[in-house]
Amino acid sequence: MAEIIHLKGVWKIYKEGEENQVIALKNVNLKVREGDFIAVMGPSGSGKSTSMNLIGSLDVPTRGSIFLDKHNISNLSESDLAQVRGRRIGFIFQQFNLIPNLTAKENVMLPMIFQETDEFEREKKAEELLKLVELSDRMDHYPGELSGGQQQRVAIARALANDPEVILADEPTGNLDTHTGDVVMKFLNDLNNKGKTIIIVTHDPDLAMKHTKKIYWIKDGQIEKITERVKGKWKDLKK
Amino acid sequence: MIKDYFNLAFKNLKKRGARTWLTLIGILIGVAAVVSLISLGNGLKAAVNSQFNIGSTEVLTVQAGGVNNYGPPGSGAAKPLVQADTDAINKLSDVEVAISRNIKNIKVEFNKKVLFTYVASIPDNAKDINYVYKFTGLEIDSGKLLGAGERGAIVIGNNLAKGNKNSFDRDIHIGDNIMVNGKNFRVQGILKKTGSLIYDNVILMNGIDMKNLLGYGNNVDIIAVKVVSKDMINQTINDIEKLMRKRRNVKVGEEDFDISTPEATLSSVNSILSGIQIFIIIIASISIAVGAIGITNTMTTSVLERKREIGIMKAIGARNEQIFYQFFIEAGLLGLIGGLVGAALGVAVGYLGTSALNAFLSSTTRPSVSIWLVIFTLLGSFIVGAVSGLVPALKAAKENPVEDIRG
Repeated sequence: MAEIIHLKGVWKIYKEGEENQVIALKNVNLKVREGDFIAVMGPSGSGKSTSMNLIGSLDVPTRGSIFLDKHNISNLSESDLAQVRGRRIGFIFQQFNLIPNLTAKENVMLPMIFQETDEFEREKKAEELLKLVELSDRMDHYPGELSGGQQQRVAIARALANDPEVILADEPTGNLDTHTGDVVMKFLNDLNNKGKTIIIVTHDPDLAMKHTKKIYWIKDGQIEKITERVKGKWKDLKK
Repeated sequence: MIKDYFNLAFKNLKKRGARTWLTLIGILIGVAAVVSLISLGNGLKAAVNSQFNIGSTEVLTVQAGGVNNYGPPGSGAAKPLVQADTDAINKLSDVEVAISRNIKNIKVEFNKKVLFTYVASIPDNAKDINYVYKFTGLEIDSGKLLGAGERGAIVIGNNLAKGNKNSFDRDIHIGDNIMVNGKNFRVQGILKKTGSLIYDNVILMNGIDMKNLLGYGNNVDIIAVKVVSKDMINQTINDIEKLMRKRRNVKVGEEDFDISTPEATLSSVNSILSGIQIFIIIIASISIAVGAIGITNTMTTSVLERKREIGIMKAIGARNEQIFYQFFIEAGLLGLIGGLVGAALGVAVGYLGTSALNAFLSSTTRPSVSIWLVIFTLLGSFIVGAVSGLVPALKAAKENPVEDIRG
């Protein structure tokens, strides 16, 4: 399957050269292929958040390269990077991160505004997506009027707005109870079954092992091991 | 796409309700002050100008000076002008005609009620009468004007004839008798409305009647002088000054009399009014400047508060300039709303003020609110707002999404 994202020998060093420099990632290599359902797993402080920022092109590496569809995006300007990720990557956050003074529908339309999609198209698409996450009856509600699970489903709809190849979810169930978390994961599973590439970043091995197909275990800024589910069983892969 | 940013900005402002209004207040007051004062000032100018009721611009007036007084022109002078002054001026070669005029305060009784108003003399001969009507631009509304030698009759101003404008509580009609300083006079004409406080309440009376009634002898309040040539008006003024200095035995620079043209009077009044207007507009501009600082302050706070939102928007694909537009337009909108409400308030105050002015001066000035003033003000307040938001918006655009989302 086609390769979408490739981190090649990536280092991320904060405050490089200063006394208190922090090496968050050391020579990380990671490949995401179309249709993957990947977890980036690790305890807090392991560098998993940094790797998510890099995979999601929110940040650029200190050393090494990141390829998106074989284009090196390590050197893009901030605005161009924003444009690329707006189109190709949908974000889901632990805190939902909806804009509080926009309705559910307006939140879903926002990424399309930044891609300058026309108004009619925007509205139609937003309604479709909210229907997909079973929130047709909550379209004009503000985030404050929605439960956590509902907010996260709006966030899923928003992530899908520009029809990206990849959905990147940072602890998507972290702020939800088990049942609501399962509902959210079900939607992500469904999306993966329809061919979307999903990457979740989590510290919870149960969640990762229950839902994903491949896990990158990160520790101290390095990939410790990679495991893959083959015919229902987890198997170590070579790094 | 600009429309979307306006939409987003509007929602943000709406959400912050009270704070938005507090921020607007500076701009609002400034704009309201500018708009109302410009409209009021124009109204005031028009109203004041109408008081001068200029019929002719080539007429000079000579008055005795030296004493501050609040009565009719020349009435409180230490050394009044006399008929012989008029005769002497009349002999100057560049003077077409010089006419003595007297204007006095007077007690009037009608319908068993008393009021005080002005009585103005009308010359006794036909030639001078015509000049006076021409100088003053007075026209008859009903009845007829005073002619040569018409004694015992008067012509009255338009407001004085109306029961709802005078304090007699009764209309005065042609043929009615009214008591002027204890003596009965028959009303033979009512003047057309002029918009001037004086002429709309005046009583015109034959000069000899008036002299007999009030006993001021040969004293003259004003000498109205028509010059031969308007182009030579300054030369004529010099000649009259020279003559009057000699007659009154005063040195250059110590004149106890005034010669003025209506234009000069008008322009000095207008320049005072413009000065007041400019002064007030400067104060209003300070208010706008303070308002602008308020917008900068609010927008800076807003950027700090919404760091996370900015980070999210960047994560879901907002380019730097798209973030910039949002904050920039939001600041502009703050200015614009302040301007809009301020302009509406200003127009309202302008209308109210002009009506009050009209009621006070019984003039008929229309409030002058120019559409350009309003358009210019609105555009200006949007720009003031946007410029105030420039720095905070740039700051917002440069936010780092990674730090903001985590923060």
